[in-house]
Amino acid sequence: MLNNREELKACRDTYEKLLTVEKKRILVCAGTGCVSSGSLEIFDRLIALLEERNIPCSVELQEDGCNGDGSADPVGVKKSGCHGFCEMGPLLLIEPQGYLYTKVSLDDCEEIIEKTIVGGECCERLAYQKDGKIYARQEEIPFYEKQTRLVLEHCGHIDATSIKEYFAIGGYEAFEKALFDMSGEEIIQEITDSNLRGRGGGGFPAGRKWTQVRSQKTEQKYIVCNGDEGDPGAFMDRSIMEGDPHRMIEGMMIAALACGASEGYIYVRAEYPLAVSRLETAIRQATEYGLLGDRILGTEFSFILHICRGAGAFVCGEGSALTASIEGKRGMPRVKPPRTVEQGLFDKPTVLNNVETFANVPLIISQGAEWYRGIGPENSPGTKAFAMTGNIENTGLIEVPMGTTLKEVIFDVGGGMRGGDQFKAVQIGGPSGGCLTTDHLDLPLDFDSLKKAGAMIGSGGLVVLDSSTCMVEIARYFMNFTQNESCGKCVPCREGTKRMLAILENIVEGKGEEGDIELLLELADTISQTALCGLGKTAALPVISTIKNFREEYEAHIYEKRCPAGNCQKLKIIKILPDLCKGCSKCAKVCPVGAIRGMVKKPFVLDVSKCIKCGACLDQCPFGAIEEVV
Amino acid sequence: MLQRRSHLSTTFDLSIVNEIIDSLGCKPSAIIAILQGVQERCRYLPEEIFPYLSEKLGVSEASIYSVATFYENFSLEPKGKYVIKICDGTACHVRKSIPILEKLRKELKLTEKKSTTDDLMFTVETVSCLGACGLAPVITVNDKVYPAMTPDKAELLLRELREEKKDA
Repeated sequence: MLNNREELKACRDTYEKLLTVEKKRILVCAGTGCVSSGSLEIFDRLIALLEERNIPCSVELQEDGCNGDGSADPVGVKKSGCHGFCEMGPLLLIEPQGYLYTKVSLDDCEEIIEKTIVGGECCERLAYQKDGKIYARQEEIPFYEKQTRLVLEHCGHIDATSIKEYFAIGGYEAFEKALFDMSGEEIIQEITDSNLRGRGGGGFPAGRKWTQVRSQKTEQKYIVCNGDEGDPGAFMDRSIMEGDPHRMIEGMMIAALACGASEGYIYVRAEYPLAVSRLETAIRQATEYGLLGDRILGTEFSFILHICRGAGAFVCGEGSALTASIEGKRGMPRVKPPRTVEQGLFDKPTVLNNVETFANVPLIISQGAEWYRGIGPENSPGTKAFAMTGNIENTGLIEVPMGTTLKEVIFDVGGGMRGGDQFKAVQIGGPSGGCLTTDHLDLPLDFDSLKKAGAMIGSGGLVVLDSSTCMVEIARYFMNFTQNESCGKCVPCREGTKRMLAILENIVEGKGEEGDIELLLELADTISQTALCGLGKTAALPVISTIKNFREEYEAHIYEKRCPAGNCQKLKIIKILPDLCKGCSKCAKVCPVGAIRGMVKKPFVLDVSKCIKCGACLDQCPFGAIEEVV
Repeated sequence: MLQRRSHLSTTFDLSIVNEIIDSLGCKPSAIIAILQGVQERCRYLPEEIFPYLSEKLGVSEASIYSVATFYENFSLEPKGKYVIKICDGTACHVRKSIPILEKLRKELKLTEKKSTTDDLMFTVETVSCLGACGLAPVITVNDKVYPAMTPDKAELLLRELREEKKDA
């Protein structure tokens, strides 16, 4: 329990020193991705192997040093947050050399201990390789080289479950500064000057939001962190919550200090059990050290934090729906005003920011607004984390300065298309975003320029699509998602998206009609203008942007009953090649609709009008006589 | 309001609910957490808890029911011992998650409408995104993540789970 500023400083010094004792460290990635490919077993094996060899190893920072008996320096073996390079997992980072080992298996552990920990050499076969070149150190790998990791700087470099390690790298320093050296106005001024814009997607200036909450006369105010992240294809918030939970909590504490709130909630989606448990640990630790609770560090400031688990409703990412959900109600948005800053959670003024926004705050307070504004373009300063997925070489979590072009992100950081396929489009911002094409490759990624291009940063999911992806199908996929997730409160969203989905389904099934495209655009326009909340307002964006950029694909589906990408099952034609057919009748036996007929030992015939294109016959033919024509 | 399910004639042990309420606090805002707690223990929300919670928390039975039906994670029907979730997020979708779903449904004789097997062993459902997009396509079995799935791997996994059942 820390009682005052001096004790906090002393505590930080102690852990900083203890961290330097651990000259050698093995950081095992314990993000969801690597855990699922077995990183925790690797963690256990490494410890067992070290113990076998009588090499002291420390899992926690040890108060008494651990090498008190004069033996060798201890090797720190830690469960770290996500390193971001998920495709190559399980990942191991070895310090001080900075070796990053990829796709590590249990069998590799012995060699790693022997060669790298004892011998200090790099196991080159485990290092990342591309085009015959070996990249031993993490910072040399092209995937990391072009990134600027600020919000994610600690993810993968410290033990995500240890407040001690967070102290050791200067944790809670920004909070200390804000608590003792700054007034509420000064904190808000710093955030306003930094021009930090909400990373949840909308890009609303955080400073303005905080000012509005601070100016409310109400005694009780709330700080709420939106960790719902329901967008398909986005996981940056998850990685922050799992990999550096204290950073985000520190940001929330600074916000509470600035706005005069004494209670906060973190709303996390239930699909993120690991994030929930890491946050629980972090809150417990911060409370034990007296950084959360009553009269923090001997001051008048009190702040407590709760975790609220979502229950599977995408719409709860919307502010008013999220607060309703915390209150134990159906998570439905309401008409605004009054806005959340005036009447949010339990009808009290509420600061509602997302995970990444809060994680930026300690940086701005420690380094200053001017420094922050020096990164990225003037109107959208700072960095942005993106979750890059789809048909790309290096999938994973990246962080680049705002204003980095799409080309740099996809080809330099992302390593280009998987399997050398052709780049077709990138879907950005999930169901609220749009598609960008080759024409947009030089577009700088920031709030304003994306909006101009008809897309939005949204949650920051980047799904890279290659030529085998049908854009109409992608539009249908997102519309299906929004339709499922519509809360049903307002008619435009409930009925409008249903109608749009039905049209899109018809088109991909080859039943599209003339006028469908125009009708889609008209519906899109109406829904965007009349829906109640952000989910409905942006629901049509994927459709609008795919029509705008790939209209010819829609036309091919409607007028030629053809899918140019060869993706739509219903538009495929299955043919029997008479020259190759030996008349074995296997295909006819499996056909569920009796579309194939013929005499044994003579070529069989397929009735296209009856065929449902299930493909069962394709798998059965031993002679390769049945083919699918796009 | 609630459809009575005749095959569940055993009365439900409400002491489980009491334990959960005690740990979370007896207040209307805790309703979602309480329902989550019940579902974690019972794998679904038994109908008996609705009138009971209504009385305990002082909230109408209808509003508890409205919460239980609004959120996707709540189920009023018993779920299988193994809940298999197929991620159909964008990343998984473009890396072909649907054939996996189709394979599992075919193997377990399930459909879009019928998601749980009759022997209450397996439930198959889709989720929007599990946030493990780098490993797409992904499925989870009782929250354990299985990366880079294919229809064939899914079939193998089913076989393993069935074996486990025999051993148990």
